[in-house]
Amino acid sequence: MGDEQGKNRQADEEEPRIGVYVCHCGVNIAGVVDVEEVAKYASKLGNVVVAKDYKYMCSDPGQKLIQEDIKENRLNRIVVAACSPRMHEHTFRKALEEAGLNAFLVEMANIREHDSWVHMNQPKEATEKAKDLVRMAVARARRLEPQHKPKVKVKRSALVLGGGVAGIQSALDLADMGFKVYLVEKTPSLGGKMAQLDKTFPTMDCSACILTPKMVDAARHENIEIITYAEVEEVEGYIGNFRVKVRKRARQVLEDKCTGCGLCAEACPVEVPNEFDHGLGVRKAIYVPFPQAVPLVYTIDDEACLGCGMCEAVCGPEAIDYEQKDEVLELEVGTIVIATGFDLFDARRKPEYGYGRYENVITGIEFERLVNASGPTGGKLLRPSDGKEPHRIGFILCVGSRDEKAGNPYCSRVCCMYSIKNARLYKEKHPEAEVFIFYMDIRAYGKGYEEFYRQAQEEYGIRFIRGRPGEVVEDPETKNLLVRVEDTLLAMPLEIELDLVVLANAIEPARDSEKVQRLFRLSRSADGFFAEAHPKLKPVDTLNDGIYLAGTCQGPKDIPDTVAQASAAAARAAIPMAKGEVETEPIVAFVRRELCIGCRICERTCDFGVITMVERKAQVNEAICRGCGACAAACPTGAMQIRHFTDEQIYAMIEAAMREEREIAVKEVEG
Amino acid sequence: MSEFEPKIIAFMCNWCSYAGGDLAGTSRLQYPPNARIIRLMCTARLDPAFVLKAFAEGADGVLVAGCHIGDCHYVSGNLKAEKRVQMLKKLLPELGIEPERLMLRWISAAEGERFASTMKEFVEIIKKLGPSPLRGAAK
Repeated sequence: MGDEQGKNRQADEEEPRIGVYVCHCGVNIAGVVDVEEVAKYASKLGNVVVAKDYKYMCSDPGQKLIQEDIKENRLNRIVVAACSPRMHEHTFRKALEEAGLNAFLVEMANIREHDSWVHMNQPKEATEKAKDLVRMAVARARRLEPQHKPKVKVKRSALVLGGGVAGIQSALDLADMGFKVYLVEKTPSLGGKMAQLDKTFPTMDCSACILTPKMVDAARHENIEIITYAEVEEVEGYIGNFRVKVRKRARQVLEDKCTGCGLCAEACPVEVPNEFDHGLGVRKAIYVPFPQAVPLVYTIDDEACLGCGMCEAVCGPEAIDYEQKDEVLELEVGTIVIATGFDLFDARRKPEYGYGRYENVITGIEFERLVNASGPTGGKLLRPSDGKEPHRIGFILCVGSRDEKAGNPYCSRVCCMYSIKNARLYKEKHPEAEVFIFYMDIRAYGKGYEEFYRQAQEEYGIRFIRGRPGEVVEDPETKNLLVRVEDTLLAMPLEIELDLVVLANAIEPARDSEKVQRLFRLSRSADGFFAEAHPKLKPVDTLNDGIYLAGTCQGPKDIPDTVAQASAAAARAAIPMAKGEVETEPIVAFVRRELCIGCRICERTCDFGVITMVERKAQVNEAICRGCGACAAACPTGAMQIRHFTDEQIYAMIEAAMREEREIAVKEVEG
Repeated sequence: MSEFEPKIIAFMCNWCSYAGGDLAGTSRLQYPPNARIIRLMCTARLDPAFVLKAFAEGADGVLVAGCHIGDCHYVSGNLKAEKRVQMLKKLLPELGIEPERLMLRWISAAEGERFASTMKEFVEIIKKLGPSPLRGAAK
């Protein structure tokens, strides 16, 4: 170790001895750029000791080539002209470390993504550009300094935000691995959207039957602490050491005393629409969202409660506490899983379908509640207008999905299947019913989905009409609905009279996504869902180290995909905790104290509060600095700098981009 | 006489725009080879002096590209860059440089197409403006 550091220090003190390696990348680069000429050009640049070109620099022999040259030619800086640093920088950093050189003494010139691939028909210009990029990289390499990645200890506890099936799965997996888990849920119960569903496609499992055992497992697990009716207010810190402030709202019912007997709700005289049934049924002012709620603890809805005292009067264990205050918890966790789920598109935004105006136009989730045995109608699907069983039902797909006008160009991924499932459910009970599905394309991509769709057509006689309805019109007398649609397969306009229309409204980012994004410093993709670090190779990581994504907060998905992703997120979140320590980025701010005039501009510029004034000079808390460089750009004296991105390193690149080497050499001699 | 080929310096953030450039490459989108990109972790690092230095060295145009507003990896680095660019656009005419020679664009990591079209567009703008008035002065 001492020896290694000794070598690292060497690089700092000695005159730069640079090796330049120009990669062919097979024909990817060499097919456009004259790599030999670039290497020859590089060999003439100042401080360059060797310059070579090679077929695949990232290959084992390619890396060995560099490592041998480091030893033989005592190289202390390396330039690799190849692909994007976002691709292989870490590969070459490792190679340098193995050869005893500090990992940060390598600089890459991106002559593939930014050159050969984008100037394929201009080989001459691409070669000139490659030379410029190599010259810039050499100029920067001369000024590179060794950096050391600080190691930080990782707390063996995790926060899982969101108590739907994704959050429950992540929490269970992490807890089973032996880590302490705080499972924080906004509403009074775990369960999320899945708890509201009736049956699940394509297996027709009852949703509650497969979900509630998991909810109970989470509640019973010794490593899981469930915190419901609670929201995150503040997040500080970084991977390994997050500090999270959670506000647990007062339910006015003491959790440790409430037995969930329900006498209070029976006594309560106030009835309000039940959110869980999408307002189709009622609940009391003191309530549990649904009978299998976890925790089975009643909550007083502050806005609806009259304060009459009836509940308190009947409560045997004296669990009612009108004076209960919100509680603010401070959690310390090593990693975080975000599983905040989705919200549904408000179908009123498609006024042509009449939702909200016509009583007999309902949404898919309302259908789920109406056919559910524990729903407001005891499982009987009845028309809202007259309470009669509908005979002709139509399901309209893509309501607010795949719809540029609605602002959602994406597919919601579940609507085809759950609409087919709902259509089949109804046909099972009412074989005589006529059921239509209006679709643009049927997306039956999952295991057993296509078969499920086929059966719907062939065995159930459900009629699939390819076309997006133009409008739905109500007959004011019968309250029946007329759907106008062009059957695009027959190229024929149709008018179909129905008793009930069910809209498959889109999955949208949860309404509080923006707040969650800010709190956890996440990014969002164009569709508004949280963005993963890499769509293929890091599908559950975020760009904020130590924070992972599970479920529909990352994009629409069905239950199997959600559960799989939740397990993946748990596995990823466990890695730093299992290791016990992580290396953090050394790219942080530092102060050249002799230049600091104590003006405090940096302090005001910083979004993360990492700068404090000590003896009238700025001081950086490197452990929490994120290295954005705002302070360095604002500093009037150049005292504030960013490691690996110092003013000198950047100026060197600007000069090298604009001038030929010899002009810089002349300038340096003169200067 | 060969056509004027502008020299452009581009400052790009690591997370969005530089990655958008990588995507343009992976997608083989072709654009003119005039820009030399300097990667920063965030456009917040863009010291206005970097832009002035580039012009002083004779750059015909300077492009600054970062994450879309709201998408910054570091919360609000792009807003800081936007303010600095606005300030520079006022300052540049005082130095005899047309403000159009400085361009700010938000390009996400998913916008390879926008990256390529920005390059084309900016090169066109600079070609119309002709060589920077400071070009000769640099040497």
